[in-house]
Amino acid sequence: MALNANDLTTGQTHKATLVEDLKRTQIVQYAGASGDYNPLHTDEVFTTQVAGYPSVFAHGMLTMGMTGKMLTDYVGDGRLTKFGVRFTNQVWPGDNLEASATLENIEEVDGNQLGNFEVITTNQDGNVVLKGYAQARLD
Amino acid sequence: MAVKKFPIEASHIMMFARSVGDDNDIYFDDEYAKTTEPGSVIAPPTFMQSSAQFDPDYFLRPAIGKPWFGSGKEATGLKPQTDGEKSSDTKGGLHAEQHFEYHRHPQPGDILTATNLPGKTWEKEGKRSGKLVFSESITEYRDQNGELVVTAKGVGVRTERPVDQ
Repeated sequence: MALNANDLTTGQTHKATLVEDLKRTQIVQYAGASGDYNPLHTDEVFTTQVAGYPSVFAHGMLTMGMTGKMLTDYVGDGRLTKFGVRFTNQVWPGDNLEASATLENIEEVDGNQLGNFEVITTNQDGNVVLKGYAQARLD
Repeated sequence: MAVKKFPIEASHIMMFARSVGDDNDIYFDDEYAKTTEPGSVIAPPTFMQSSAQFDPDYFLRPAIGKPWFGSGKEATGLKPQTDGEKSSDTKGGLHAEQHFEYHRHPQPGDILTATNLPGKTWEKEGKRSGKLVFSESITEYRDQNGELVVTAKGVGVRTERPVDQ
């Protein structure tokens, strides 16, 4: 399941679709599981009339969580050593998201081969919604 | 966030994995998980965020008997300020960054504690939302043996006005 350092080349990219037509219900599901009940994510009345946004929007951490699935499907279960992101644009109900991991380099630390990846998630308009990095232990 | 007791539980992992659209059996099926390299159900990479469930004072969960800023009969449950301005609680903090470092991946049965370390605060002028005030929080998650399991760093931002679309 895990990646082998010998099979990878710098610049190699893995891509996955995270979600198509993101539903408000999934955002509610994430609120319930994570415990972040900020009404900006689930309460259309509050978000449009009080906070001044066009609609509710996804938790940044939902986008990071979905992006995490792309990573663990690619690098293997339990292999991540680092994962960090910046949220660069909001994600809205109805969005389609695609994520990619691109190998930047492989380093050896204490006998472990560690792959460093650039991680990017984009929406249907090609706008970057999340940008960051991941590091994973390779075989 | 500081949490005295964050028990890692299989059903919580299942619900969390579902919510992020992750159907990997390692989060749902302990028999299958035994056959994988970790050898057990493990927490998905961003699961530490859900320690909020175990923070008794988490501010983004309605507290029993206290006002809540989400809508009920009115668009917000908070009383309007006399000067007509919105309460600062409704101006909206957003999540700007999140970083995790995994020393190991927690599994059901682990009982973690979360401690906060001081983080930086800084300001920036934003094109789309006015003045931005960033604040960092660093959280160390340790297990029942006091071993460091995950280090998390979050950056929150308060905007002067809603982000222009």
